[in-house]
Amino acid sequence: MNPVSYQRASSLTEAVRMAGTSRLLGGGTNLVDLMRKGVERPSLLTDVTALSAAIEETEAGGLLIGAAARNSSVAAHPLVRTRYPMLSRAILAGASAQVRNMATVGGNLMQRTRCLYFADVAGSRCNKREPGSGCDAAGGFNRYHAIVGASSACTATHPSDMCVALAALDASVRIVGPAGERTVPLVDFHRLPSDRPELETVLEPGEVIEAVEIPASPFAARSGYRKVRDRASYAFALVSVAAELTLREGRIDEIRIAFGGIAPKPWRAYRAEAALRGSGPSGEAFLAAAALELADAAPLAGNAFKIELAKRTLGAVLTDLTGDDR
Amino acid sequence: MAIRVNGTEVASPDDARVSLLDHLREGLHLTGTKVGCNQGACGACTVLLDGQRVLSCLTLAVQADGREVTTIEGLAEGDGLHPLQGAFIEHDGFQCGYCTPGQICAASAMLRELAEGVPSYVTADLAQERILLSREEIRERMSGNLCRCGAHNGIVDAIFQVATEKAA
Ligand SMILES: Cc1cc2nc3c(=O)[nH]c(=O)nc-3n(C[C@H](O)[C@H](O)[C@H](O)COP(=O)(O)OP(=O)(O)OC[C@H]3O[C@@H](n4cnc5c(N)ncnc54)[C@H](O)[C@@H]3O)c2cc1C
Ligand code: FES
Ligand code: FES
Repeated sequence: MNPVSYQRASSLTEAVRMAGTSRLLGGGTNLVDLMRKGVERPSLLTDVTALSAAIEETEAGGLLIGAAARNSSVAAHPLVRTRYPMLSRAILAGASAQVRNMATVGGNLMQRTRCLYFADVAGSRCNKREPGSGCDAAGGFNRYHAIVGASSACTATHPSDMCVALAALDASVRIVGPAGERTVPLVDFHRLPSDRPELETVLEPGEVIEAVEIPASPFAARSGYRKVRDRASYAFALVSVAAELTLREGRIDEIRIAFGGIAPKPWRAYRAEAALRGSGPSGEAFLAAAALELADAAPLAGNAFKIELAKRTLGAVLTDLTGDDR
Repeated sequence: MAIRVNGTEVASPDDARVSLLDHLREGLHLTGTKVGCNQGACGACTVLLDGQRVLSCLTLAVQADGREVTTIEGLAEGDGLHPLQGAFIEHDGFQCGYCTPGQICAASAMLRELAEGVPSYVTADLAQERILLSREEIRERMSGNLCRCGAHNGIVDAIFQVATEKAA
């Protein structure tokens, strides 16, 4: 690991002042690992875990979650468990209890891909790590890679479970920088790679994530998160689905769906949502909507199975959510 | 600044690169905490930070400044065994013992999380305040600690026993 200095920001203002000349450090579960691997080489770290970790109701009946809130605190919070159970479930599907105790909400949003070639500084080419160097995943081990939204430069996936639920919940990200404060919808926070895979989010240098805001949601009763992976726990998603809906007179009224594990960012399934809105719930309708969403899927040699897996996972989740026992 | 390790104040390292794991083992010679993968994937390095289970390999020692660290050496009170240590012996919760300090530190925090009603991915109803203890719950909650000797059945039995004794 390169030599590095360490400082703590005691307030948001201080963090913004320090952000321009240093790298922010949350729980360290991603950054410290990548520093040890030589992927990240900051010379100065600013610990931002003293920023707000509060989880509180907004006036509009939503929820505001401070960037320093630990993943475990969010998942266990009574308001999250009762009003946004899908978010609790998604966070609890990720990593281990130890990692969730350390990981912050800001760090979770900003975590980098788990593509093996990205992490292998000594042996692999990677356009994300070293722009223009090439991509060894394209002809290599790409079981975990993207089937939608990728580019010829990069097919790495965004690994977060939490962000998939936040995408379906219409959450937004509050950002503070030298020029002031702005709010970005979570679905626009992460970028698709195109020919610049090293640019992963819309966060500008010197900006700090302050909080995540979730609007009030009428969906709690019919919402869920399901993750399919290579082992039963403590593994990244092959495919995951966050979905929530309401029914009216036996038909789907409102519906929001997001996929994880299949794209470079949390993948909000607008096409599938539009196809299902107003329709009667049935296995055929669910699969047809999923097929429509994935019509442009461009799988690699090792991950074509994800198309069928994503369709069936969505079908299973929606069948469960539209059942009578909800 | 200083870190409290098992009740004693110790200096944090000057070099910010030093992980809490290396500081415990190399700096303080507390070698109970083990180095496994050194990248967050195995749980062998689990310690308690202000009572919460964390991975010391992904924690910089300077991040622990001003906080309380408990390692396997500080878990039991006095010379006796911690109830989990006794139960691991009784149920063959280990073979080589390399993962054991991490397993036991993680399990001690897990028992407190259970008592506080913290849910897991396999908790059927997330709104419920009391967690129904089951082997499935223990397995999911302990999934961050791998055992390459495959002693998991004994580990789950040991934790189950202590959890039920505690609840009784
Ligand atoms: C073994 C292992 C398994 C895992 N499995 C899963 C999984 O199954 N699912 C899943 O979703 N995740 C998983 N994770 C990833 C984990 O969720 C992330 O590492 C974690 O959320 C990152 O949060 P952090 O606070 O530790 O971030 P850090 O490592 O501290 O920081 C990550 C990035 O965020 C930036 N950052 C931090 N705070 C802010 C802020 N306030 N404003 C702007 N930038 C900020 C940092 O500069 C850095 O670039 C796993 C991690 C490990 C180690
Ligand atoms: S050594 Fe820390 S998780 Fe493996
Ligand atoms: S007892 Fe050998 S690794 Fe667990």
